[in-house]
Amino acid sequence: MLENEENPCISKSTRLPRKRFYRARAHSNPLSDSHFPVPISPSHVDYSLHYPQFFQSSDILAGSKKIEFADIGCGFGGLLISLATLFPETLMIGMELRDKVTEYVKERILALRKASPGEYQNASVVRTNSMKYIPNYFEKGQLSKMFFLFPDPHFKEKNHRRRVISPHLLDEYAYVLRVGGIIYTITDVEELGDWMKSCLEGHCMFEAITEEELEADPVVKLLSSATEEGQKVSRNGGQTFRAVYRRILPCV
Amino acid sequence: MEDENEQGRETEVAPALISVHPAQHYVTVAVGSDLRVFNLQEGCSVSLVDESPEPLHKDSIRAIRFGANGKLFVSAGDDKLVKIWSTDSWRCLYSVSSEKRVSAVAISNGGRFVCFADKFGIVWVVELDGVHENQALVCKKAEPLLAHYCSIITSLEFSPDEQYIVSADRDFKIRVTAFPKNPLDGAHEIQSFCLAHTEFVSCLTFICCQDYPLGLLVSGSGDSTVRLWDFTSGSLLHTCEVGAEAGIAQSNGRKEGSNTIVTGLCATPDGSLVAVAIQRQLLRESLSSYCSFPGIMLLACNFSAKILSVARVVSITEEAFIPTSLGTTFSSGLLWMVMGVSSSQSSGSASLARVRVISGFSKNDAESTELEPIVLADKEIPGGEQLLLKLQGNLSVEEEVFSAAAEAVKTAMHNLLIKKQYSAERREFRKRGRNDRKDKR
Ligand SMILES: C[S@@+](CC[C@H](N)C(=O)[O-])C[C@H]1O[C@@H](n2cnc3c(N)ncnc32)[C@H](O)[C@@H]1O
Repeated sequence: MLENEENPCISKSTRLPRKRFYRARAHSNPLSDSHFPVPISPSHVDYSLHYPQFFQSSDILAGSKKIEFADIGCGFGGLLISLATLFPETLMIGMELRDKVTEYVKERILALRKASPGEYQNASVVRTNSMKYIPNYFEKGQLSKMFFLFPDPHFKEKNHRRRVISPHLLDEYAYVLRVGGIIYTITDVEELGDWMKSCLEGHCMFEAITEEELEADPVVKLLSSATEEGQKVSRNGGQTFRAVYRRILPCV
Repeated sequence: MEDENEQGRETEVAPALISVHPAQHYVTVAVGSDLRVFNLQEGCSVSLVDESPEPLHKDSIRAIRFGANGKLFVSAGDDKLVKIWSTDSWRCLYSVSSEKRVSAVAISNGGRFVCFADKFGIVWVVELDGVHENQALVCKKAEPLLAHYCSIITSLEFSPDEQYIVSADRDFKIRVTAFPKNPLDGAHEIQSFCLAHTEFVSCLTFICCQDYPLGLLVSGSGDSTVRLWDFTSGSLLHTCEVGAEAGIAQSNGRKEGSNTIVTGLCATPDGSLVAVAIQRQLLRESLSSYCSFPGIMLLACNFSAKILSVARVVSITEEAFIPTSLGTTFSSGLLWMVMGVSSSQSSGSASLARVRVISGFSKNDAESTELEPIVLADKEIPGGEQLLLKLQGNLSVEEEVFSAAAEAVKTAMHNLLIKKQYSAERREFRKRGRNDRKDKR
């Protein structure tokens, strides 16, 4: 795709994909069955497609790497772009339900890889419904960080089961996160912030991270600044509500 | 989803189910909303006693089973009621209301917990306060245990040691969850996912033997395979291509409009044999001729090599028998089968249930040939004609009724297991009809 200089979706000046060509419906319904390929199991995820530089090299160590960060509902991918250079040796993936948005992020990463050779090789994106297919992508304890930044609020009570954070879905997140792994959530919707916090607080495999630790974690600052949604909120001077929790062993 | 199913209700018929008491005191068959129980010890039919405001079942029963100690029996289905019966008196002791229609049930070995799955993929648990014969009917409230995200759960099983509860769904998934000491607080610790099936998972069973008391998990699927799993790690140990083994044209069979699906599994108590019910499924409606698999496939389990291999095929030649459900007991060596469907309003056909029994369903011993499995004639079945009269509703089934039922069985299984495919047009229409799309910030 990038070979094609005439691609109107790519800006001539910045050589980055233009967002307006990838505009999509504001919200997708995660409950409806869409038609995209799903790997049968984590061992079927084609890493060489997502991270060619890591997996086409003869470096055996690089070839055994696994994805460690997942940005769920990554939107236009701002967080991945920031994390990619902050953790250059860590493989990370964004999961996004909207087709066009996923395409945009794909093009964005390809363009960045081209513009800065050697960089952004560790970031990729996949179109999927994270609420259904997380176990198809990650093994038990594979992830060290999961991000849920400005998820769709689904206000109505009857739509709460569409929320990406829920007591039942936390069971799955606890499964793919290693002990000590961290789940980061942030929203500008107070009610949703309370909901996410109470789900995490009530779960036997997560514990809140102390303020001191949050201060020391370089990732925390990105939560409100790195993504498109976060930038919009801060432009409008909106308040944000954060809940950051660590995966722990359940007490028996 | 629920509403989708609701629309297809008039054509949706329920497959008949069979369950046998572990010590073979009773055999039960469910056809539609009708629950039929036969007492094998006394050779008579049983009448159920249900003092609830809504006695018995009002809609198709989707799951029945005896508890491992034989004291309890559970029935549940489309009327959103889970009924727990004492098998001594056949009184309904507990009634549980479900928010959604129920698709699967499981009972813990001691009979203390009953779990059931609803059409939204949520598994619920109720704790029973024992079996007290003269207690009044108790209405219980269930607590959520775990959830598959919006996928219909097809099968629910406790592991033999009850450390785990295993759930299978229409989205190819098998989830193994630690069953906690206090399940009323939910089961949050996922032990593994068993992922390899490429179609809906229709059935699960555990096999265990002395050397492997923990047991191995066996699953059957619409991808025409039976798979063997180490369920604690989720690793696939072996795949048995039963479709190919049955000599049914495969791979490109799909394009020709047919597919082989596994609809039922039943293991001998010693884990040495697994009976497999197979159906050849037509995917294109227009084709009316089909060739059903004539019988039951028996797989031998080799625990040390961790392999399933075809031991033999027991043919049922005299009629187009397509089992919809299987059952066995601790020691009888009998495999009980039922083929049937509830009556469908649209076609006006009467409900049908046909019960057949295979003897010699026990230890897979190459040395002994005496125990060759055979299909029993009607008069050789324990309980004889009395039993057939009760469980089938009548003694003989006419041929055209039978072939009509065979068609209905296939439709029923299809509706049960395969997701409805909407045309793009219809999907758009459904989208427009939704009022919940615009969640504005
Ligand atoms: C409000 S946006 C936030 C995007 C991004 N995290 C940010 O902060 O800019 C929420 C995103 O989650 C995506 N999403 C919603 N449900 C999803 C699901 N089940 N699986 C994957 N993505 C989902 C939506 O398509 C949308 O792009």
